[in-house]
Amino acid sequence: MNLTGLKAYELAELIKSKKVSSKEVTTAYIEKIKKLNKKLNAFVSVEFETALKTAEACDSQLANSKEEISPLFGVPIALKDNMCFEGTKVTCCSKILENFISPYDATIVEKIKIAGMPILGKCNMDEFAMGSSTENSVFGPSLNPWDNKRIPGGSSGGSAVAVSAGLAPLSLGSDTGGSIRQPASCCGVVGLKPTYGRISRYGLIAFASSLDQIGPFSGVVEDNAALLRVIAGYDKKDSTSINIEVPDYTKYLNKDLKGMKIALPKEYFGKGGLSSDVSTAVNKAIETYKKLGVEFGEVSLPHTDYCLATYYIIATAEASSNLARYDGVHYGYRDKEAKNLGEMYTSTRAAGFGNEVKRRIMLGTYVLSAGYYDAYYLKAQKVRTLIKKDFDKVFEKYDAMLTPTAPTPAFKIGEKVSDPIQMYLSDIFTISVNLAGVPGISIPCGFSKENLPIGLQLIGKPFMEGELFKLAHAFEKANNYNEKKPELL
Amino acid sequence: MISRKDVEHVSKLSHLKFSEQELDLFSRQLEGMIEFVDKLKEVKTEGIEPTSSVIPVMNVVREDEVKPSFSQDKALANAPEKELGHYKIPKIME
Repeated sequence: MNLTGLKAYELAELIKSKKVSSKEVTTAYIEKIKKLNKKLNAFVSVEFETALKTAEACDSQLANSKEEISPLFGVPIALKDNMCFEGTKVTCCSKILENFISPYDATIVEKIKIAGMPILGKCNMDEFAMGSSTENSVFGPSLNPWDNKRIPGGSSGGSAVAVSAGLAPLSLGSDTGGSIRQPASCCGVVGLKPTYGRISRYGLIAFASSLDQIGPFSGVVEDNAALLRVIAGYDKKDSTSINIEVPDYTKYLNKDLKGMKIALPKEYFGKGGLSSDVSTAVNKAIETYKKLGVEFGEVSLPHTDYCLATYYIIATAEASSNLARYDGVHYGYRDKEAKNLGEMYTSTRAAGFGNEVKRRIMLGTYVLSAGYYDAYYLKAQKVRTLIKKDFDKVFEKYDAMLTPTAPTPAFKIGEKVSDPIQMYLSDIFTISVNLAGVPGISIPCGFSKENLPIGLQLIGKPFMEGELFKLAHAFEKANNYNEKKPELL
Repeated sequence: MISRKDVEHVSKLSHLKFSEQELDLFSRQLEGMIEFVDKLKEVKTEGIEPTSSVIPVMNVVREDEVKPSFSQDKALANAPEKELGHYKIPKIME
């Protein structure tokens, strides 16, 4: 049996019924990582020994007790390299954290451990999650499994590649402006950014705290729904997590869509940068939904043109503050040549951060500095209010919105590295969702002429991830885009 | 417009430093980014409340209780330099 070709829920079923052990499953993935990771660079560190121990513990629990087990019991998972996992290296793919060993577990890691899921290792990302291609990683880019000359998207590119190439059945990413959805789109997998506050951020190394959210990658919608349930929920260690019950998201699957209403924001269609392949695939998806009984209406999100600027002020301002902690004192890299404290701060940061991180710290510091705070930061916060109101208004009449996830399929490695603004534009359809704090999911909706995956984004009301799964699952069942796999090597 | 002097000032505030060549590049790129975000000036925002968080903002308080936390060893485990249970840093002034 080809275990690494199975879906997470199928693996869970096999493990539960003792047809296959968690150790066999975990070993199969470890072997595949050993074989393919050198080329794809999806994982930046692996924890095989710990993963096998967890798998063995799962198998012995199954053999010896009748205790009820979690729905993904024994199924392995990969983390993004910005999630704290006690006793292991967590680097954010930055030189400044090259030697950081986390002394504690993030809340999501605690939950994964409780659910009995072996952690295979940590995946590549743009340094501090700043980027859309993983090219900003100190470990070099991950490669897109569909075309090794192309980027996998970012910043959670490694997590998307791991699932797309079958190196892990599930993975976690974080999404500040599209960092789960855009790589999911580029790699042909399912990626969800949950509502802000749905998942505890305790132990997620911060980029922009009012926008960051952790979310699952999976091959199919059902796996994503199962994993969200494992990691979601209120946590007293994160004062921005919200105390709302976590439903069984799989109950939203296999439902009739008749009577559901989806809005098409006109600003997201027919834009200059939208490729014709993406446009064709998304329009075809709309036709599929119509056949499934969904009603569509065109709406306007009038402040769409200001989303990217608003985002780059707010995100960089928050980042400049969050990244002030990297000063060479408590942990991470230190320039040991520096003669005094002030020089040590500066030379440590100058040598420890990469260029994109420096650019964003600089812009963030500038927009918060004396004389510019009102004109930029406060202004952006006010425009954010208007952006959110645009969303609220649409959701008074509609269940969800549908847009492309990214304007183009995966671009070539090196294509956008020298032009930061071109790189930022690849997040043009995903950024508004973080500003509004609502959930968004990217699902495969076809392929370009060059056989590259294309993603469809569904945007939902706050805490209505279940409705997104319902819509996404019905679409998946009506097509077979998820069944097509990249030809590896 | 952002001058090279502005960039140098911001780099000081950020505790970063750049070579002459990097300063040229960063001045150019920062100027491009600022030009890009200047677009927001078009938006009328009189009377609009700023959003600092999309969730209802409230103070989250708890009882001030003593609970187990990191041991000294664990807290210092990642320290680049330590001595006698403390973080060690270079001289503050020469």
